[in-house]
Amino acid sequence: MDAHLIPGPYLQAVAERCFPGGTTIEAHFEIPRPGFSVTVLFGPSGSGKTTTLRLLAGLERVDRGSIRVGGAVWSNAERHIHLPPQARDLGFLPQAYHLFPHLSVAANLSYGLTSQGPQARQARVDELLALLDLTGLGERHPGQLSGGQQQRVALGRALARKPRLLLLDEPLSALDRPSQLRLRKELRDLLRSLDIPTILVTHDRAEALQLGDRLVVMDQGRVCQSGDIQQVFDRPTDPAVATILGVETVVLGRVEAVTEGMATLAVGTARIFAADPGSLGQHAFVCIRGEDVAVERGCGPGPGSTVRNRLPARITALHPEGSLVRIALDAGFPLESLVTRQACADLHLTEGDRVCAILKAAAVHLIPHD
Amino acid sequence: MATLMDWEAIRLSLWLASLTTALLLILGLPLAYWLAFSRRRWKFLVEAVVAMPLVLPPTVLGFYLLMAMGPRSPLGRAWEGLFGSTLPFSFEGLLIASVLYSLPFMIQPLAAAFASVDRGLIEASWCLGVSRPRTFLRVIAPLSWAGILTGLVLSFAHTLGEFGVVLMVGGNLPGRTRTVSIAIYDQVQAMDYAPAARTAALLLGVSFLVLAFTYALRRRQRKPWTLI
Repeated sequence: MDAHLIPGPYLQAVAERCFPGGTTIEAHFEIPRPGFSVTVLFGPSGSGKTTTLRLLAGLERVDRGSIRVGGAVWSNAERHIHLPPQARDLGFLPQAYHLFPHLSVAANLSYGLTSQGPQARQARVDELLALLDLTGLGERHPGQLSGGQQQRVALGRALARKPRLLLLDEPLSALDRPSQLRLRKELRDLLRSLDIPTILVTHDRAEALQLGDRLVVMDQGRVCQSGDIQQVFDRPTDPAVATILGVETVVLGRVEAVTEGMATLAVGTARIFAADPGSLGQHAFVCIRGEDVAVERGCGPGPGSTVRNRLPARITALHPEGSLVRIALDAGFPLESLVTRQACADLHLTEGDRVCAILKAAAVHLIPHD
Repeated sequence: MATLMDWEAIRLSLWLASLTTALLLILGLPLAYWLAFSRRRWKFLVEAVVAMPLVLPPTVLGFYLLMAMGPRSPLGRAWEGLFGSTLPFSFEGLLIASVLYSLPFMIQPLAAAFASVDRGLIEASWCLGVSRPRTFLRVIAPLSWAGILTGLVLSFAHTLGEFGVVLMVGGNLPGRTRTVSIAIYDQVQAMDYAPAARTAALLLGVSFLVLAFTYALRRRQRKPWTLI
């Protein structure tokens, strides 16, 4: 049966798991199409991300609702259908990797290839070792590998059977910070080349932005919002989601030039200068915190100032928040500024005013995205 | 009568211990697996039954076994119908008794070892499409080798040294049910101390060596795969 011909989303989860003690995890989201895409399950610790992954893997039973993937029913509580993990044709990368300690790297990689002959298995192992830059390590045991190497072996083991769905539980969290930053880009490039729909759990916003295409925001056991990653960051449906995502402006920009550690990006109709974080591709998410954006009347060249970004903008809305006012701006892209109520009153700022949004290049945080 | 040792009894004891250990392994693997992973509410009852031989006097266990195997019991009648012989005071009856008497010595180390295997490794295996029985053979059993070894050695050594149950169920028939421990008892009763001392020393030595070997192996190779 060709999954492409079946109407409806590729993956549809409307599933609930009730734990003794009253905790309920509701996993309601979908992946529209087969093929490459990374869906990020994002939220604070204890929000139900890992349980959602385990429901998909068949390691937890669905108590209400169903899970359908590629036209097949994986779980349906009402019809008492529960495919065991063995029958789901998925690749699962657990957070702690769980490599088999008594088996070599090669034996770990070929562990699930039970239906193939020894030659086909060996060929697949060689292929994976090359793909994951592990050549020459096939005879080692997991205890003799670095954290990064273990992570790649665990990923290779999950990929070995060419699964229909890849589940990655915080794939980079066990690594040190520099490795995490380096491997994010590598991981996304690898996933793209594999053309497998991937669901990835993380509580790291930068990781979500760099790796994801779609975002599923979870909090307190339920999905608060899901959709295209830029859309969710642009329009959080409620304050809880906005809090989980963080208050800053997040907008995708096109990298125009990188010189002497400074990057120039086209964002909407505006141009932004920012410090180059390294490994910039064609696009990057531009993250700006409201506290870092100042507002002035008039937008001159600003002689004698170190501020690199002076953006002509129009005030679209004013939201008082206690002693502060959150100013929504249209600077060629949506931008937010957080100023004191006093400053707002002194400048007589009102909706529709033309102003200048100023922010230091050092306050612009870039996250590479392909 | 001045024999060096009762070689026939020693041979019989070794044979009985080997067969008992083999049967216990076959019986013990699935039972220990069930005890380690089942979530049934009444599991504690099975655990209690398995541990009973640890606390019951051998005579009590022997008495019930004798009743269960007797010609008036269903088991006794079935056995007689099948094999044309009676179970009490036979080698086969002794074997059944030994298996039950040494049950906890096999089950408990196995179940403890299985339960200590990281759940995540088992789930990783399932998610790679490998069935539950094959996961047991390829992940759980290899990672439980120390517990399996302990179970084998303890069952063997415990069967070698059993006395009360043998006396109740097996009696004292040379070449059929007369084990080393019974032979020593006989020799002491007959004031024949010299062969009793030699046999006892042999049993002591064998038991000590087997246990020392096991614990040394467990200590040296706790994780054999990490040795380069």
